[in-house]
Amino acid sequence: MPTDRREPTSPPPAAAAAAGAGAGAGAGAGAGRGVAQARSLFDREILVEALKGSVAKLDPRVQVRNPVMFVVLVGSVVTLVEAIAHPGVFSWSITIWLFLTVLFANFAEAMAEGRGKAQADTLRRTRSETEARRLDEDGTEHRIAASSLQRGDLVVCEGGDLIPSDGEIVEGIASVDESAITGESAPVIRESGGDRSAVTGGTKVLSDRIVVRITAEPGHTFLDRMIALVEGANRQRTPNEIALTILLAALTIVFLPVVVVLEPFARYSGATVSVVVLVSLLVCLIPTTIGALLSAIGIAGMDRLVQHNVLAMSGRAVEAAGDVQTLLLDKTGTITLGNRMASRFVPADGVDEEELARAAQLASLADETPEGRSIVVLAKERFAIRERDLGEEHQFVPFSANTRMSGIDIAGRQIRKGAAESVSRWVAEQGGTVPGGLGQVVESISRSGSTPLVVADGRRVLGVIELKDVVKQGIRERFDQLRAVGIRTVMITGDNPLTAAAIAQEAGVDDYLAEATPEAKMDLIRSEQQGGKLVAMTGDGTNDAPALAQADVGVAMNTGTMAAKEAGNMVDLDSNPTKLIDVVEVGKQLLITRGALTTFSIANDVAKYFAIIPALFVATYPQLSALNIMHLHGPKDAVLSAVIFNALVIVALIPLALRGVRWRPSTAASLLRRNVFIYGVGGVLIPFVFIKLIDLLLVAVHAY
Amino acid sequence: MDYFLTILVLVALLALAWRYLGSYMAAVYDGRVSWLGWLERPVYRLLGVDPEAEQSWQRYAGSLIVFSGVAIVVTYGILRLQGVLPFDPEHLGAVSPALSWNTAVSFVTNTNWQNYAGGSTMSYLSQMSALAVQQFVSASVGIAVAIALVRGFSRKGSATIGNFWVDLVRGVFYILLPIAFLSGIFFVGQGAVQTLAGPAVIHDHLTGFTQTIPRGPVAFMEAIKQLGTNGGGFFNANGAHPFENPTGLTNLFSVALLLCIPVGLTYTFGKMVGNIRQGVAVLMAMTIIFGVWLGFTSYAESQPNPAVAAAHVVSQKGGNLEGKEARFGALPSALYGVASTQTSTGSADSAYDSYTPMGGFGLMTGMMLGEVSPGGVGSGLYTILLFALITVFIGGLMIGRTPEYLGKKIQAREVKLAALGVLVMPLVVLVITGIAVSIHAGRAGPLNAGPHGFSEILYAFTSQANNNGSAFAGLSGNTPFYNVMGGIAMLLGRFAIIVPVLALAGTLAAKNVVPAGLGTFRTDTALFTGLLIGVIVVVGGLTFFPAVSLGPIVEQLSHGRLF
Repeated sequence: MPTDRREPTSPPPAAAAAAGAGAGAGAGAGAGRGVAQARSLFDREILVEALKGSVAKLDPRVQVRNPVMFVVLVGSVVTLVEAIAHPGVFSWSITIWLFLTVLFANFAEAMAEGRGKAQADTLRRTRSETEARRLDEDGTEHRIAASSLQRGDLVVCEGGDLIPSDGEIVEGIASVDESAITGESAPVIRESGGDRSAVTGGTKVLSDRIVVRITAEPGHTFLDRMIALVEGANRQRTPNEIALTILLAALTIVFLPVVVVLEPFARYSGATVSVVVLVSLLVCLIPTTIGALLSAIGIAGMDRLVQHNVLAMSGRAVEAAGDVQTLLLDKTGTITLGNRMASRFVPADGVDEEELARAAQLASLADETPEGRSIVVLAKERFAIRERDLGEEHQFVPFSANTRMSGIDIAGRQIRKGAAESVSRWVAEQGGTVPGGLGQVVESISRSGSTPLVVADGRRVLGVIELKDVVKQGIRERFDQLRAVGIRTVMITGDNPLTAAAIAQEAGVDDYLAEATPEAKMDLIRSEQQGGKLVAMTGDGTNDAPALAQADVGVAMNTGTMAAKEAGNMVDLDSNPTKLIDVVEVGKQLLITRGALTTFSIANDVAKYFAIIPALFVATYPQLSALNIMHLHGPKDAVLSAVIFNALVIVALIPLALRGVRWRPSTAASLLRRNVFIYGVGGVLIPFVFIKLIDLLLVAVHAY
Repeated sequence: MDYFLTILVLVALLALAWRYLGSYMAAVYDGRVSWLGWLERPVYRLLGVDPEAEQSWQRYAGSLIVFSGVAIVVTYGILRLQGVLPFDPEHLGAVSPALSWNTAVSFVTNTNWQNYAGGSTMSYLSQMSALAVQQFVSASVGIAVAIALVRGFSRKGSATIGNFWVDLVRGVFYILLPIAFLSGIFFVGQGAVQTLAGPAVIHDHLTGFTQTIPRGPVAFMEAIKQLGTNGGGFFNANGAHPFENPTGLTNLFSVALLLCIPVGLTYTFGKMVGNIRQGVAVLMAMTIIFGVWLGFTSYAESQPNPAVAAAHVVSQKGGNLEGKEARFGALPSALYGVASTQTSTGSADSAYDSYTPMGGFGLMTGMMLGEVSPGGVGSGLYTILLFALITVFIGGLMIGRTPEYLGKKIQAREVKLAALGVLVMPLVVLVITGIAVSIHAGRAGPLNAGPHGFSEILYAFTSQANNNGSAFAGLSGNTPFYNVMGGIAMLLGRFAIIVPVLALAGTLAAKNVVPAGLGTFRTDTALFTGLLIGVIVVVGGLTFFPAVSLGPIVEQLSHGRLF
């Protein structure tokens, strides 16, 4: 059992700081920091750009990628030809509105892209051309442009310098301002060796001197990747998006003959139908609403992650996040606050609690670890023991991996604190005896998930200090929510099984992996995946890299090594492992938004039929006006109202597409019931109301 | 009250079929039943098939296509040559090429669309060796495809979906033959004819007329006609003919017979995927659609016939009795009609052309929903499972997960195949009807003008593309145009769905299974059943609403009101 935490695996400073935000770091976290500029949904700058973009996207080569909207574009060209050949208010109105439908779809996509572009621009500004001080083999420095740095070059950075490219510190230690990337203004310490050696191009050295070995090819730095990602430059359709596109294309293909054969059907019935009306019917029937918003939903999903200060390397990863069934969470920093705190003094038989406290305080005075400081604080709280001036001759005994104890030699006393085993052995060596009750106390503390530290004064064992792992506030509720949506949480810890079990119970995780090694983590992921489950995990160390690569969603901490960042498919700029839960939420939201709008889009067709079909044949079969249950004014009014509704509903739903349908943790059944009710039943009813309203408006302005 | 009792007995019979026939069929296709092994093994030896060897979906589909292709050729040959073949006591002569093509396709695709008058066109040999044989094997093919799809769901990481030849043979030997045999005896007992003695010639001494009454091996053919949801009757009058359907009891039994395998297969499905409730959810969707359509059609037929009322017939107490057998009455006929149109059987005990417009609407739209309630033998299950996949895809998204059905992830390929399978039928119906109403040969078909004539054409192709085979009548279908186009509609309606279904079975079988959890979209709940019904009705409604509004809806509205 470890005593003081002096191993290099103690929580990274940034993670510890971010852990303060802890479980509360919900939807709003990250807003206004880093790449995530707080922008209102209809930011002026983005709006203007999006308007320009919606025209530029009329290029048929762009349009053809979206089969649904391409049909609308072709339809508007057909009606345009009709309108020119047989001019009339009706044919021109339809043409204009069909054209607007295409523009609105483009606008939605441009809006979603615009938000990313604006963020990319902010980032680009930080990538201003820098100079690098290359250290050549002969030890001389050369000033060259950062962009000409090659992989493997060594560069020198000193206080005030921008780090020219990504790399690993090979020499020195420095405090680095990474706010350009993370938005976190507090500087972080970077040093050679170990897991804290990675530096990112574009960040700034505040003090000291470091030598960095460049690890990125020019143009492929982390910053470059980040810009490309938030801009959505290489956006590829995700598997689910492709599946949905196929379904929408299939619906479009089937509606084409449905509408086309109406012409011969009508002719057989002795009616004539105009091409303009048929095109209108087709556009109203094909799923334009979801077709127009589909890509915007995907882009906005990535964007929402950026708002959380998480960069997803692919949309596929975001989508997978929604499917995750097992979350592997590191105990430290995610489930518990980074540090253990002294919570109790348990004196040995015949020892006064205050005496124990005094000794413990003395032994901890030089101990700068958070645990050590917490002992001093507890002693002060309990017995008002102040830090005193150690006038007498004294000598601190630092912790060593060998003795696994620390303490102080003062005025002939030798006070030690440390793991029960080590201290017991030490006492025995001194010729003392360990009281019989000690073992029991130590074990009961261990079992409760805390860490016992035994304090001894020479040959006497004074008692035990209980170091408690503090579970983050609200984390238990979070896990309950996750359980409710069917996600299993597994706590990963280096602690022994006893401690792990106790903390797991306190935090409310479903399972735990104690004494975890990278191999054990990997095995756990593999076995979950073999059972068909999708696994998400966070990690930062190089030894996490294989597991990050194996996990379906691997979130690397930005403070972590380059290897970890390369292996994962997301990078959390805040380095806050609790974010994993937000990532899952964003993934779910993305899928729900798609499903909801697809349902809405198809449900809308019912009302449109009731508007258009009676209008289509009313001249031949006046009886069919019985189907005009909305009592629309006239046939042309009815068709135009439906087309206008069909176009405007796209604009009306852009905010929903960008923000995503709200997701509340609840069972699949209640979620489904709610969404079916809102978007299915609502989707059937809403257009009846609005088509009627548009009709009334058209009548009011005497369109006909 | 009688009608209520009829339905109660029917439900009870079907409940038994669901539970026991369902689990028996699961045992048959899992290979756990072997009491007819002595009959089976020689057949495999003859076919050169190793019954232990499983097939990939491509080979399964290939075997199925080859088998059906050969069946079409053989049936065509027998019909063309029946004049020189034995068992032709009435000397009926060869069937015309176009009609032979249509009929061969019709029976091989389990449609049994009959552009001919059975008793006076087909020799006994044709009826027994060409048509009745196909009534067995085409039904078995349908069940085999459904079972292959179910295996796709129940297997994981499997490259194979079963062996077509084994499934085909076992379906015939273990399921269709025994039930048809017992049912045939029942039909004989009730008075259906079964003879090879040729027509009865009866001389009426009173009037001096001599009547020739066609007879034949009817009773056993009647059994498989219903059991295999074939519908092709021996006589033109089909189930309205007293030699085919002699009593009220046979009428009820016919309905039970044509529903029992499609209903039972939902149990088989649940059993094979390891969760009976999954089958119940599907069965409930089928039952609710069936119930609503039955209620609707029964109500429409219990109303007075407006045309009869216009002729000043005051009392129409029995509802719309025009075109119905007085032995059965309006309501049991409506039950028979709904059961027959929603199972791809297409047999009839009344003239569908004479139904009220809304009654006809009920029959026609029952088919337009894709024959899923409960649909044909096998085809009903595999088609509704395609709808289930689409339901799961949209519904699954709405809970924030990549959709999965029975643990199988529904991704691009599955959506593509399911959408293809679901949309083929409406495409075929609409396009071919569009062609028919546009050209002279098509427009010459219907006997009536206006919306009713349109309904007659629309009905004909809806029936054929759905492999139903029921006729609205009033259409002169035995013309080269209708024979050829109908054949195309039937082929596409059968195989353009079967191939994607088998491809789907192959893809699904190869997939791993995602374990169900709290976040899983449950597909064994009332909510799912509701959504499934919604998707079936919406897809059917959206594709056929314009067409139907030009047929039965406008016709009904012409009488003044919608209902």
